[in-house]
Amino acid sequence: MTDVILDPTKRGYWTSDQDVRWCPGCGDYGILAAMQFLYAELAEDPETEVKSEDTVFVSGIGCAARFPYYMDTYGMHSIHGRSPAIATGLAIARPDLDIWVVGGDGDMLSIGGNHLIHALRRNVNLKILLFNNQIYGLTKGQYSPTSEVGKVTKSTPMGSIDAPFNPLGVAIGAGATFVARTHDLDRKHMMATFKAAHAHKGASIIEIYQNCNVFNDGAFDAITKRDARAEMMIDLVDGEPIIFGAEEQRGIMLDGGQAKIVEIADVGRDALAVHDAANPNPAIAFAIAQLANDRQSPTPFGVLRQVEGPEYSEAVNSQLLAANEQQGPGDLAKLLHSGATWDVA
Amino acid sequence: MTDTADRLEAQGINAVVIRFAGDSGDGMQLTGDRFTSASALAGNDLVTLPEFPAEIRAPQGTLAGVSAFQVHISDHDIHTPGDEPDVLIAMNPAALMSELGRLKSGGTIILNTDAFDERNLEKCGYEADPRTNGTLDDYIVHEVPMTKLTLEAVTDLDVKKRDAERSKNFFALGLICWMYTRPLEPTLDWVAEKFAKNQTVVDANSLALKAGHAFGETTEMFADQFAIESAPQEAGTYTNITGNTATAWGMIAAGQQAKLPIFLGSYPITPASDILHELSRHKNFGVKTFQAEDEIAAVGSALGAAFGGALAYTTTSGPGVALKGETIGLATSMELPMVIIDVQRGGPSTGLPTKTEASDLFMALYGRHGESPTPVVAAYSPSNCFDMAIEASRIALKYRTPVILLTDGYLANGSEPWNLPDVSTLPDISVEFATEPNATDGAGNPTFEPFQRDDILARPWAVPGTPGLEHRIGGLEKADGSGNVSYDPENHGLMTDLRQAKIDGIADDIPLAEVDAVDGSKICLVGWGSTWGSIVATAERMRESGVPVDRVHITHLNPLPPNLGDILKSYEHVIVPELNKGQLVRILRAEYLVDAQSVNKVKGLPFTASEIVEAINTMTGVQA
Ligand code: SF4
Repeated sequence: MTDVILDPTKRGYWTSDQDVRWCPGCGDYGILAAMQFLYAELAEDPETEVKSEDTVFVSGIGCAARFPYYMDTYGMHSIHGRSPAIATGLAIARPDLDIWVVGGDGDMLSIGGNHLIHALRRNVNLKILLFNNQIYGLTKGQYSPTSEVGKVTKSTPMGSIDAPFNPLGVAIGAGATFVARTHDLDRKHMMATFKAAHAHKGASIIEIYQNCNVFNDGAFDAITKRDARAEMMIDLVDGEPIIFGAEEQRGIMLDGGQAKIVEIADVGRDALAVHDAANPNPAIAFAIAQLANDRQSPTPFGVLRQVEGPEYSEAVNSQLLAANEQQGPGDLAKLLHSGATWDVA
Repeated sequence: MTDTADRLEAQGINAVVIRFAGDSGDGMQLTGDRFTSASALAGNDLVTLPEFPAEIRAPQGTLAGVSAFQVHISDHDIHTPGDEPDVLIAMNPAALMSELGRLKSGGTIILNTDAFDERNLEKCGYEADPRTNGTLDDYIVHEVPMTKLTLEAVTDLDVKKRDAERSKNFFALGLICWMYTRPLEPTLDWVAEKFAKNQTVVDANSLALKAGHAFGETTEMFADQFAIESAPQEAGTYTNITGNTATAWGMIAAGQQAKLPIFLGSYPITPASDILHELSRHKNFGVKTFQAEDEIAAVGSALGAAFGGALAYTTTSGPGVALKGETIGLATSMELPMVIIDVQRGGPSTGLPTKTEASDLFMALYGRHGESPTPVVAAYSPSNCFDMAIEASRIALKYRTPVILLTDGYLANGSEPWNLPDVSTLPDISVEFATEPNATDGAGNPTFEPFQRDDILARPWAVPGTPGLEHRIGGLEKADGSGNVSYDPENHGLMTDLRQAKIDGIADDIPLAEVDAVDGSKICLVGWGSTWGSIVATAERMRESGVPVDRVHITHLNPLPPNLGDILKSYEHVIVPELNKGQLVRILRAEYLVDAQSVNKVKGLPFTASEIVEAINTMTGVQA
């Protein structure tokens, strides 16, 4: 048993006493560390008022779904695919809580796809972490709804013939109000992205490129390895023209509803799209999200979209208040007598 | 024409069974419902049986589109909607064709003769006009041009013919109200309130209602008018209640008695949706209703809310329970309180959505993978749904377990007079959340172990927001006490036994089975759920004819009342009428090794008492 750490500004305070059981080298370790460090950081800030007793991690089933066991907060490791629905009930019943939902690409996009899109469109106050490793890890290596066409796995010996989801495209299509991407090799970027989601009111979804070094090793190497990043990662900075490349020589241009990678030398800086996450038109974020349609092309990272919208559990509560005002506080005897009644002496 | 003053006094009768039947667009459910309300206010005892097609608008004038509402009203205690109607109101040929077979021979038929044109006759397959070819010779038939008379009644209103015709059900209602001496005022008041947004509709329906009443009074077509005295009832204030409304009110009452906010996660499904509708109207009780994206999300959201400390419900019917099974299993494993309400309907698959059946008992008891014992309770009458909703909640909260409450389509839509309880007598079902650590770790620090148990084997309910009790739970097997994930074989055996022992122990915390006994009975009728009324009527009928019959009705199906085995073993014949192919009967045979026999009906309809009487006669050789 480890010593109990009483200082919430220390990572150890947020770390449970359970041994972490992911495969050595799994990208999940980095994500867990980023979350624990983030909470230690948030605890230093009196504004955010994070408390371990008010924080809940809800997960489904899969490797990623073990996450709640390792956070010293409240947590539920539930059923494959169902975590967004379970977390929705918790958020409606307890709008005071700080709730995260954790799952993988199979959990969130395959068996749980329905719940994911509905949690997003309702804008429930949930921060959803989608660990995308493009494979089923826990069941030992079948292709997933984000695996590329042609992927050879145990269940696709001749290659997958399924067109994959673009997860952030799905999220934007579902009306998500906060949509972002990060990756498991960059703790600072993860922490910044998680922090932005934490500050957002409503549903947020963060796709995390996560390496499964056992069943799909190096899936994102061409994009997220240190030496590839400059050319392959498009860093989205709000209010700035979208530029990337080792020499800052390339950028994104919007052309006929499409986001195109262009050479600045060809089009000039003024032709580049200026990133505007709050743009009410979701088509722009959707177009930018399409740039992640394969593993070999430059891919946008950061917050693609962040707009304001009515938060669900608040709306539920305001109806309760309105009903209380209109009908008066509930009176059981009055309710039972509310229909036609008659007396027998 | 005779003056009303000259007419005979209304003839007193003890009871009558009336069946309103018409096209699903004719408003027969509403007509039946209003007649029922007027009778309830007159103090009669009553039982109703609404029957309607699954299609919202089946092809007009066809057999598939017939919607019927049967009501049994009486001056004494009754328990069934009546075996055979005495009176049939048929608004069109299809209604006559579909319902005539049920009518008592010599019974009364009132026809909307305007609907008997060639097209309508053809639509339902009448080759000749049944009014003239002898089909109705054995009945007393009144042909009333209801459509025409309704149109005449509303001529002064500025209303289109098609809209005016819609009021003809009120004409029929007015006529029946006259025949059975029901005052029109409650219906007139109801119409004024219900259609307040459209004065023309109020006027048209009111005029049609009065015209129907006047037609009875002024024509000589109807020789008799009948009166049914109020039934002797226990003192109290009564209301007429359907099972779904009683269930919804029971949930609200449970929230009050538990001092907990209510959460309902639900997905629309026939015949359960009315519970969601009713609860959604009472947000001023702090009720949160959530219409989820599917049945799985509905139960999932309820489980999430339960984790957060709400009194959580999900309402559904059989197909929905099938989908919820995995989540109910998770609630069993995590030991969180939740109530699953299954308003049973005809199955399998989509089956008969609007018809009743009680064939989900096995699913309720066993429909989850693994060893997952789950308490099951069942309501036996519309008003009893109120009590059983509270009882299911009590067990769930106290033992931290999902509980399944079974009702069915017959209880859900049927109604009866209900002597309203004094709310101060409702049981206190409140429980305490955990607030303090309950263990120490290796270093001597206080810690919280979510799977420590109390004397009834319930684990602490520690809700997020409680400092010091942070814990993680899930569907993986948990170590006894600490709740940490454990794959240890001995621990899995122990936890399986503990979960079972906890549910078995509830047997000491439920009412004993009570026998409605008479001297010298060798026969015991055992029932559960909505067959109660038919079984009570059966027992009464057999006793009247000199055959002593006892009966037991079971509300707690898991665990069963601890004295049930001894009771059943003392009879020569144990007979179990069920609206399924014999589910409880197999449990009784397996649990108690008694030679219980089954009486079955799987037709989407409740038992009539005569069906059960006949079955008993055959089985036991007695002649009642
Ligand atoms: S299988 Fe893959 S995703 Fe799962 S723990 Fe191992 S490396 Fe991580």
